[in-house]
Parts: sequence; C-alpha cells; structure tokens
Amino acid sequence: MSFVNLRAISAIYRFELHRFRRTLLTGLLVPVITTTLYFVVFGGAIGSRMTEVDGIPYAAFIVPGLIMMAMFTESIFNASFGIYMPKFTGTIYELLSAPVSATETIIAYVGAAATKSLIVGTIIFLTAHLFVDVPVAHPLAMAGFMVLIAISFCLFGFILGIWANGFEQLQVIPMLVIMPMTFLGGAFYSVHMLSEPWRTITLFNPIVYLISGFRWTFFGRGDVGIEFSLIFVAGMIVTCLAIIAWMFRTGYRLKK
Amino acid sequence: MASIIEISGLTKRYASGFEALKGIDLTIEEGEIFALLGPNGAGKTTMISIICGIARGSGGSVTVAGHDIVRDYRGARSAIGLVPQELSTDQFERVIDTVTFSRGLFGKPRNDAHVEKILRDLSLWDKRNSKILELSGGMKRRVMIAKALSHEPRVLFLDEPTAGVDVELRRDMWKLIGELRQTGVTIILTTHYIEEAEEMADRVGVINRGELMLVEDKTVLMKKLGKKTLTVVLAARLDAVPAELAEWGVTLRADGHEIEYIFDTQAERTGVSSLLRKLGDIGIAYKDINTRQSSLEDIFVELVHQEKAA
Repeated sequence: MSFVNLRAISAIYRFELHRFRRTLLTGLLVPVITTTLYFVVFGGAIGSRMTEVDGIPYAAFIVPGLIMMAMFTESIFNASFGIYMPKFTGTIYELLSAPVSATETIIAYVGAAATKSLIVGTIIFLTAHLFVDVPVAHPLAMAGFMVLIAISFCLFGFILGIWANGFEQLQVIPMLVIMPMTFLGGAFYSVHMLSEPWRTITLFNPIVYLISGFRWTFFGRGDVGIEFSLIFVAGMIVTCLAIIAWMFRTGYRLKK
Repeated sequence: MASIIEISGLTKRYASGFEALKGIDLTIEEGEIFALLGPNGAGKTTMISIICGIARGSGGSVTVAGHDIVRDYRGARSAIGLVPQELSTDQFERVIDTVTFSRGLFGKPRNDAHVEKILRDLSLWDKRNSKILELSGGMKRRVMIAKALSHEPRVLFLDEPTAGVDVELRRDMWKLIGELRQTGVTIILTTHYIEEAEEMADRVGVINRGELMLVEDKTVLMKKLGKKTLTVVLAARLDAVPAELAEWGVTLRADGHEIEYIFDTQAERTGVSSLLRKLGDIGIAYKDINTRQSSLEDIFVELVHQEKAA
C-alpha cells in the first residue's frame, strides 16, 4: 500500500454512487419535475406579470437560484445520509477499522455526494433550457462555481451526518434552516427589489452571496460582487474542513 | 512461535469515569486460537474495539504485526480482519459486491479469484448474487466473515461468533474456525461460553471488570477446571498421613488438623466416599468435611453470578 489508500477512496466512491444508482429514477426525475413546477408557477404564472429583473427576463433570472436551491439540499442530504447510514446500521465498524485516513474518507464520501449533486444541478440547468433561453456569460466560472458549491455543502452535510443522532436531526437543518435561508436569500428575487431595512438585513444571510455569485456567472452581474461570493464559499469550505478535522481528531460521535 | 499482537498496560476510561479496561497486558502468538472469556460487560468488546481502531484507548500501547495501532494504524489495520458481534451489513448490496468492496477498502488490488475462494470456503458462492437482506442470520454472519477475510488478514477477530446462533450453526461455526486456523490465520474470539473456549481455543484468557484475570493453555485450564478439593477436619491431630490412605494421595494441612484430597469431578469414581469409608475403618474421627472448587472455578462461578445478575 502506498501513502494514500487510493483503492479505499475508489471503493467508497463507487459504493456511494452505486447507492445513488439504486434510486436513480427518483433521484433524477424529482429535480426535473420540481424544476418544471417552479417554471410553471414562477416563470409562467407569476413571471408573465413581471417583465424583467435587473434587465433579465424573470424566467431566466430564477434559473441560477433554482439550481442553487436544488444543489444545496441535494448536497446536504446526500453527504449526510452517506455517513449517517453506516452509523445507523452499524456498518461503520468497517470504515473505522480500515487503513483509511480521515482525508481519504472525506474525499471519498464528499466526492461521491458532490458528484450526484453536480449531476442534479446539470439536469436542472438542461431542463430550464426547455422553458427559457438562459444565457451563460461565464461558462467556466459557472461550472467552477457549481463544483465549489457542491463541495462546500457536501462538507456541511458530512458534518451534519456525523453530528446527527437520528433521522429527524438529519432533516431539521436542511428543511428548517437552509430552505428558508435560500428562499429569503434571493433565489427568486433580487435583493435590490427589497426596501430598507430588509435589504440590509438580507445581507446577513450567507446564502445571498452564494446565489448572487452564481447568478453573476450567468448574467455578468449579481446583488453583490463576485469576489464576496468567492470569499464566502472559501470561508465555508475552510470552516467545514476545520470542523471535520476536529471531529476526526477527537473521534466525535464516531469513536468511543 | 512469534508474537503477532502485543498489548501492554492498555486502559480505557470513559468520560463518566468508568474504567472499562484496567491495564491489560497480553501477548498473542501467531497462528493460535485465543479465546477471551468473560461475562457481558467485562471489557472483551472494548479491548477488541481499541485494537481494531473503533475505539480509542486511554493509556498503554498495542502493536499488531509490529505496527503500533496509533502511529502506524495503516500497517496494523491492514493485518486485521474484524467480525463484530452485531450483524451489521449493507442490506441492499449483493454478497459479492460487499466482499469486493471490503478488499478495496483495505487497500488491496482487486482479486476476483481470492474473493471466489473465500465465498466458496464459506459456502456463500451460490448466494454471491443475492442481496444480503435475502440471507438468513447465519449466512449474514458468514458474509461478515468473508468481508473480514477479503484482504487476507493475518489476524482475525471474532467477537461472539456464536451469540444468538442455534446449536447446529454453532457447530458449523466451530468447524469453520478450525478450518480457518489451518490457513495460518491467528484467531482471537470472545465468548461467554466456557464450552466454546474448550472446543476451539489453544489458550484462554479470562477477563472480568476490565482486568485480565488469567491467561492459560486450554489443557492446563481444563485440568484445573475439573478439580475439586475435599477438606476433612479431623477430631484429633495427625503427625503423618496413615499408610492406608496412600492410594488417595492425600496431604496433611493446618498442622495435621486437616486432610486435603484433590479429586476430579469429571471422573466416574471420585474416590470421596471410599476415602471417607476408609477413614471410618481405620478409626480416624472427623468433625467436619467440606469441598471447595479450585480457584479458577471460583472465578467462573463469580462470572456466572454476575451474568445472572446482569
């Protein structure tokens, strides 16, 4: 064995993707249907009464927000379940007793969850094209941003999965924290449309920076500067990594 | 024989202050079957968990195949296969996939021939494409053994391999462990059945309340286990053992006030009644008699008591 247990990373990664493949139909159909519904409701019914936001047709304007919203929840659910299920069923004994480092474990689990999240994001992106013309100003930046978002939220989900002591706790954070923050974070509107003090208050919502940054890659402008968005994503990744490092060092909820 | 596992001063203290292991020293020889015997909660699983990397020790050190389990965990863990007590499997996976996965997880290159051999040896080959959830409990246990053997470990830990298993399956398991031993794998199993240790082990360690109370060759242990001591308190002091009692091999104790006779409870004729008859015949009066099990049995009785209480 070399210094890095590449075979273990590959084994876990493929195991996780295999797990996703078992629920392929729902896994892929759900985002397509959800996206369609959003377009019917927001793009069609409401969008027809709204002309443009920041000079962008409303139906196109919501595409980055939709992709982000789906990727936030997908990433958190995939990554948290990936590590929580072995804890729940007891099969984690094998991971803990294997010659696998913490870094290898994270690369494998987070990598697999992020892969699925990216697939879902891409599907929504493609589905959106069926309904509306979506210009992409910076395609490379868009892809890069999606990768960063997938990684950062999967890291967050991984932490959640280690922390959670039950299925309810797994659901609470994405449903009660991330979802509302996404809705209030400008997924379907521009922060500029808000009046004070709400505009300033909204700026304390970290999700605003993520959605804004992603929107920038589409339309070349966002609610806040792209540099703030990148700083925020970097900050989130570093924070999550620090927490995970601490969890593995202390064996938090993993080792007795 | 060379040692394969060296445990020295191993302790485990929980945050609550509970001491699960109180300084374990133990050496396991390569190729032997070692049975760790003790009641529930004695520390058997804790000890195995620390060696395998599932729990952290609080003090002391362990090396496996010369690798420290903390500093060189890759080396140590690569040498170990673990079959935990609980039946924990990925229910939706196919048997062959889960075994192949384990091999990869332990950093070994894919080797379909080896996986096939393991599955055949464990009578799982016909079930290789079945989902694990379709298997019986005994089969699931075999899958877990197959996973543990997938990366060709030198040491195999079997934590309560026959817990909750019916008599027939238990016999099967014993046979299987015997066969595994033929392949040169060192096997450490935990059990709370004395007969299980008796059936399979080369050496037996008794652990209770986090302390290793004894480590003994099975044959020596069985000899001790089968013995009882009869003490006859005499009415009058004797200076020497009368010649008539020579055939029982009795000894004088308590400055000639007691006769001690060690007998085999397993034997058809223990010699107790004939000895007492003989004492009467030759006119040696006695005030009291009592029998006492040897100290090892004392330990076991104590263990069984606790087990009942638990």
